[in-house]
Amino acid sequence: MSEVAPVTATSRPSAPRASARTAGGVILAVDHISLAFGGVKALTDISFDVREHEIRAIIGPNGAGKSSMLNVINGVYRPQHGTITFRGVPRHDVNTHEAAAQGIARTFQNIALFKGMSVLDNIMTGRNLRMKATFVEQALWIGRARNEELANRHKVEEIIDFLEIQHIRRTPVGRLPYGLQKRVELARALAAEPVLLLLDEPMAGMNVEEKQDMCRFILDVNEQYGTTIVLIEHDMGVVMDISDRVVVLDYGKKIGDGVPADVRANQAVIDAYLGVAH
Amino acid sequence: MLYREAGQFKTSYLADSAIFPIRQDRIGIALILAIAFVGVPLVATPYFFSAILIPFLILSLAAIGLNILTGYAGQLSLGSAAFMAVGAFASFNFIARIPGIPMLVAFAAGGLVAAAVGIVFGLPSLRIRGFYLAVATLAAQFFIIWFLTKVPWVTNYNASGVITAQPIVILGYRFDSPPAKYLLVLSIVALMALAAKNMTRGNLGRKWMAIRDMDVAAEVIGIPQMRTKLLAFAVSSFYCGVAGALFAYAYLGTVEPEAYNLDLSFRILFMVIIGGVGTILGSFLGSAFIVLTPIVLNTTVTWLDAHTPVHIPASAGSNLEVVVFGVLIIAFLILEPHGLARLWSIGKEKLRLWPFPH
Ligand SMILES: Nc1ncnc2c1ncn2[C@@H]1O[C@H](COP(=O)(O)OP(=O)(O)OP(=O)(O)O)[C@@H](O)[C@H]1O
Ligand SMILES: [Mg+2]
Repeated sequence: MSEVAPVTATSRPSAPRASARTAGGVILAVDHISLAFGGVKALTDISFDVREHEIRAIIGPNGAGKSSMLNVINGVYRPQHGTITFRGVPRHDVNTHEAAAQGIARTFQNIALFKGMSVLDNIMTGRNLRMKATFVEQALWIGRARNEELANRHKVEEIIDFLEIQHIRRTPVGRLPYGLQKRVELARALAAEPVLLLLDEPMAGMNVEEKQDMCRFILDVNEQYGTTIVLIEHDMGVVMDISDRVVVLDYGKKIGDGVPADVRANQAVIDAYLGVAH
Repeated sequence: MLYREAGQFKTSYLADSAIFPIRQDRIGIALILAIAFVGVPLVATPYFFSAILIPFLILSLAAIGLNILTGYAGQLSLGSAAFMAVGAFASFNFIARIPGIPMLVAFAAGGLVAAAVGIVFGLPSLRIRGFYLAVATLAAQFFIIWFLTKVPWVTNYNASGVITAQPIVILGYRFDSPPAKYLLVLSIVALMALAAKNMTRGNLGRKWMAIRDMDVAAEVIGIPQMRTKLLAFAVSSFYCGVAGALFAYAYLGTVEPEAYNLDLSFRILFMVIIGGVGTILGSFLGSAFIVLTPIVLNTTVTWLDAHTPVHIPASAGSNLEVVVFGVLIIAFLILEPHGLARLWSIGKEKLRLWPFPH
């Protein structure tokens, strides 16, 4: 877990994002979600929505429930109350692999790559849902097995080029430095060509240069592929720069929601970050 | 610079995803196959066929089976021998009860029965993992062998419990000479090894490895854990089952539960560990190692006894075997968890640079 950056102006100019991409209708609605682990209330009655093509940030101090929120959205956790409506289909809970099939991909706060596999194989795994060959076809390496391997390899190479990781294609991911592992994890998520991309602290633990690269990639993904992005980030500068709207959580409750400038001016948010007693 | 990939640029992803992308490897494998199919039958003695080559190949097949489950899908199993037993007994029953069933069909059907049993015993893996799963598969080992011993129906009410395997007859040809059995086993093992390589190099192999390396992340990218794990159990048990049938029909000549005891399960596990977890090649290397080491040790002990003044009792060989295996397993686990297959690829890496160290 990374430090919570104070709410201050960043070194980089934080002009509001040029709204070249017009956010569309609501693609994801979170309604009255409550989640508890035994006595710990991770989320209490959280509601917000995400519009198509926007970059939506979730911020909040450590333990606020941000990761839990993403885990509810893609089915890793089952909330006790509430519904998630994705592309118009309301549901109480969902299997994670079904969420993936519906077009939700994500990265994890603690890198969750497949350690024993190369970069290329990790990213190829991201396309598993598009490969329909049965195990018999694969054993005989006939029909779809071969063709799918090639077709998907093309797409994966495109993503490898996009994220500028050609040079490490064959490297086992365990040997990569932290920053590159994060990038490979993004590549694996992108390989699924998701409709909704959930990023849990994609820039944590990175140096300034790596952060700038990652910001650029996230913006490019959003602009080029039109992918809707929900992003957890502690670096306020980054959040203000790249997000369209921000949800603020604190102790599992929503304490703010709006465009970055409004959220930054919100007294409750400032108090939460400065640790004012409740 | 005999072994190089320089100058061999891949112009397509097709070439890049080939089983052996480097030309020298392709020549090497063709050479090995030529020697195995043509060279060996010309020179090998009956002892060499029956005591070394046939068990080596059959156990390689079982090791491939376990490697798919443990090496690729990450599910530890101590019950490989029991699944071999299922294959052997199922084949026996198909042959005994269905007159005129082709032998190869019976072996494949034996493998399918083993696969079904494998799925049943794989169900606990959906709930438990690691050490606890190993204990569950151990229970499978004991239960299956107990079942085969206690239920007279499976031995066709044979009083002794040791059944003589029916002769292998395929298309009217009797495979009863050692070279004939060897060639039959070799063909089956080569084809199944190729199929295993195909499964593991593509999407299925990646799914298995994804489950092995991080199951939550695998689910999140759309890999259904249950289906993928159970498929690993099924495929693995199929391989073990066919190996078990061949073990009975082409090696032992008898079908008996005792041949498939826990000891054999452990030997197969050692093959995977020593050969290389998660490689098909390693399954062969590990099997060769485990089959050859006792023979080499025993020969050495006998030779020393005869040619030197030291008197070594005959039992020393087998005791030494236990010690040597124990030490080697620990050494491999600590020093080279990826086994002989990794040492082999490190060797190739060195050869690639040779004669220039940089
Ligand atoms: N699997 C779990 N079991 C028990 N408690 C959990 C679990 N996951 C989260 N929690 C608890 O829920 C609360 C919210 O955790 P969460 O990880 O969602 O916070 P976060 O906002 O992502 O924090 P951080 O910034 O530190 O990552 C914490 O009190 C945490 O201890
Ligand atoms: Mg978190």
